[in-house]
Amino acid sequence: MNAVGQDMVRRDGPAKVTGTATYAYEAEVDNAAYCHLILSTIARGQVTDVDVSAALALPGVLTVLTPGNVEKLAPTDDAELAVLQDGEVAYRGQIVGAVVAETSEIARHAAELVHFTYHVDEHDSIFTTDRDDLYRPKAINPGLEPDTSIGNVGEAVRSAHLTVAETYSTPMVHHSPMEPHATTALWQDDSLVLWESTQSVHSVRTDIAGLFSLDAEAVRVICPYVGGGFGAKGSPHGNVVIAVMAARALPGRPIRLALTRQQMFAIVGYRTPTIQETTVAADRDGRFTALAMAAYGQTSRIKEFVEQTAAPTRMMYAAPNRATSHRIAALDVAVPTYMRAPGECPGMFGPEVAVDELADALGIDPIELRVRNEPEVDPETGKPFSSRNLIACLREGAERFGWADRVAGARDGDWLIGTGVAASVFPAFTLRTTANIRFDHNRYTVELGAADLGTGAWTVLTQIAADALGVPVEQVDVRIGDSAYPFASVAGGSSGTATWGSAILTAADTFRDKYGDDPADGDEAENTFIGTGFEGGPYATYAFGAQFAEVRVHADTGEIRVPRLLGVFAAGRIINPRTARSQFVGGMTMGLSMALHEHSVLDPRFGHVINHDLAEYHIASCSDATDVAAHWIEEDDPHVNRLGAKGIGEIGIVGTAAAIVNAAHHATGIRVRHLPLTLDKLLAGLP
Amino acid sequence: MRAFDYQVPADALAAMRAVAGNDSAVFLAGGTNLVDHLKLGLTHPDLVVDITGVTSDEVVERDGGLWIGAAVRNSDLAADPRVCERYPMLSEALLSGASGQLRNMATAGGNPLQRTRCGYFQDNTTPCNKRRPGSGCAAVGGHARYQGILGTSEHCVATHPSDMAVALSALDAVVHVLGPDGERTIPFTELHRLPGDEPSRDTVLHHGDLITAIELPDTPIARRSRYRKVRDRASYAFALVSVAAAVDVTDGVVRDVRIALGGVAHKPWRAYLAEEALRGQAAIEDNFREAAAAELVDARAVDGMDGGNAFKIPLVTRTVVSVLRGLTQENQ
Repeated sequence: MNAVGQDMVRRDGPAKVTGTATYAYEAEVDNAAYCHLILSTIARGQVTDVDVSAALALPGVLTVLTPGNVEKLAPTDDAELAVLQDGEVAYRGQIVGAVVAETSEIARHAAELVHFTYHVDEHDSIFTTDRDDLYRPKAINPGLEPDTSIGNVGEAVRSAHLTVAETYSTPMVHHSPMEPHATTALWQDDSLVLWESTQSVHSVRTDIAGLFSLDAEAVRVICPYVGGGFGAKGSPHGNVVIAVMAARALPGRPIRLALTRQQMFAIVGYRTPTIQETTVAADRDGRFTALAMAAYGQTSRIKEFVEQTAAPTRMMYAAPNRATSHRIAALDVAVPTYMRAPGECPGMFGPEVAVDELADALGIDPIELRVRNEPEVDPETGKPFSSRNLIACLREGAERFGWADRVAGARDGDWLIGTGVAASVFPAFTLRTTANIRFDHNRYTVELGAADLGTGAWTVLTQIAADALGVPVEQVDVRIGDSAYPFASVAGGSSGTATWGSAILTAADTFRDKYGDDPADGDEAENTFIGTGFEGGPYATYAFGAQFAEVRVHADTGEIRVPRLLGVFAAGRIINPRTARSQFVGGMTMGLSMALHEHSVLDPRFGHVINHDLAEYHIASCSDATDVAAHWIEEDDPHVNRLGAKGIGEIGIVGTAAAIVNAAHHATGIRVRHLPLTLDKLLAGLP
Repeated sequence: MRAFDYQVPADALAAMRAVAGNDSAVFLAGGTNLVDHLKLGLTHPDLVVDITGVTSDEVVERDGGLWIGAAVRNSDLAADPRVCERYPMLSEALLSGASGQLRNMATAGGNPLQRTRCGYFQDNTTPCNKRRPGSGCAAVGGHARYQGILGTSEHCVATHPSDMAVALSALDAVVHVLGPDGERTIPFTELHRLPGDEPSRDTVLHHGDLITAIELPDTPIARRSRYRKVRDRASYAFALVSVAAAVDVTDGVVRDVRIALGGVAHKPWRAYLAEEALRGQAAIEDNFREAAAAELVDARAVDGMDGGNAFKIPLVTRTVVSVLRGLTQENQ
């Protein structure tokens, strides 16, 4: 029996629930010292003086790192990593210093005693579309064209039967993984060991070795477990550079550095707010004649990251006339980064609400309207889809959800009831990864520098390896989370399982070619899987899905509840239904959270996020996510990769917010186009 | 977080004296707010006096009402059958606050003394007159969603975060205090202050004053009462607006009524004007709405991002109407 497809329990489960799994901050070292970061309290200017005398006078303080006294890093074009190299402050909350002490409490106390003098420049942290300094970036994440155009959208709109042209927006949001960014760093005998909470041990190694002018072999990054990342741990941030500086300042002394929850809102990235000017034009039958999005986002003045908000508009539906564009404001704000489903997550909000608005105006069922606009091939590239089962997801979801019973004006006591639907999508691609297989004492050891963010990589890679080697899972030890293992790609872009699994298949081929089915102790083989890269191959490769929401709105108070959320996905071969369901349900729950709650309130007068803790920055509580169900359809995709697997880590968050907003409209008749959907946006329109 | 001394006094008198005699001493009960403040650097006591063992942790009958020891845990108080039966609004208020873990720690004496969750108060790097008198109020023109609409001043627009306190205000509870000058009582409605030009003071208590008990008078009207909390998520969020209410309707006329509001002011807001407007009136929705309007006559929204908190004014009316409609429908 194949292991792939089985409902295998998490291999790391017992260690985690019994508390024996060691996370980065808990690395077993002797005589650790503790580092606490100091963040700027101005949004733009220069540090002109630092008085460390009071901090150094505090018993237990070992050293204070400031812009004037740290080692020079190798030149880098990543200003986020060039910490303390000069006194320039480019955003409020930027790292301006750090204290190392015998205990974390002393370090935190001493951090309050370091006195900074600033020259303050006027800052500008206001994101709007009427700025005159918006610019067109050279490329958008992950290297796509910023603008595209086919046909003539303006013309099509003029001759359309109906057009929805509205502006939608999504707010700034933060990843806030449960485990904060954390490092234990040890510099000893000219080599560095980093226990780091990261989605990619190899990229941390490469970046750190480069910054400190070290051979890659002199740096080892270890990360067996991660308490969530969502993109915030996809590439290193300034905190790990500080930890290394501190470790090198105190050779032989392990340094522990964990961010506070408040610091998590300052220096480890976020999803930019987006503004989406969305146009959908249609003929009398609901066939789209034009589709367009002008997307706006922000980035930091010192480092560009451009959310690909309009990317899904390029491929989701058929239309002869289409256009997308991205314009960016570079502000005195922290550096944004990828966050679960960059591009697709915010970028499917506007269009999927606009399609609902159009369906409403045309009097066509929103599922039927989507079906009528299903493209034959990828509309912009002309590539055939490797598989595309959006319609199957919509149909099966409708069946499971009871869509046919949908009625307008439903009410249960004080609660107004509505239902809504939206589509989900996420690209499927693979990256470069190497795996090594060794046989010893009748067991196979499979090594690669992959990461398990809590997603189940430990488990599913074991299943894949067992099948590839033709042995039961009990005979396989997969080892990941260490840069001592062969190079593996980032746990990101929903590419991990497909990439790492393909690398294991490739290495297993090599192993079996060399040694057959009866290897000897010590036999070992390694091979590299190249992957498609972000550009993909001859096919357009995407996972699709459909999400259905029931929303209840209290007729008096406008309170919003989502008693039911159902998703159906077509994501290729599902390796492990248990871990897959968790990924889908987790994504949908985060989508619900985005719909109703998440909003980093950046006060432009100061330049930082005011609600910077998890009491004030709301994520969905258990009471908000009472019935979230995920299903998938069998999908056999021979083109996407050898495993036939598409990514599942991100698609669950795509479309959820639109489905909920559409359901709220169905319940109340009120169309909310700006997230989050909060009661104050409904009050005025309620009976 | 700074090092401090920790003391476990023998009794309430010793605890009071330990704090009263040291300007930099604080009481520690459940610690659900104080510990946060220590971490955030909002307070730097030299001495922390643990009072969890010095006052009663029992709820006892007294004069037809209940006498609640200051050390009674919120979760125990919420589950007390006498509270559930005779003062359901109090049990509901307690259960709507915080999380199970926090309620297991938080105490009856400590809960009313928790401080505002205004983001600027909790952020040492921004101006706040409550935290640093004279530095200004950053909430005006900023993140105003959770700020007050009643009794605010130009110096402070913060709200009091406690749910329990809203119910205690409606119930005319009495606070028993042990201070340097001996024991005294304070009507619960007079415990908290409006910010005025001295927002750093949340209550009328003086340094060293120790709450030893909270007394609930016999209040038959409270047997049918509600606490309704409207918030931004279904659990674990502070109130946008909350309403504690009890109403006695006979022959369609409101004989007596109690209403207190949360999430709207620097203190739990006893809605005397609304009560006054309703007494003797027909128990109909229009009158409920007019009563709420009477209470809100001086309400003022705080300007800020995303429209400030203007929505709270209609939300108060809608919630009051909703609660009174529910209570009076049950009455019939």
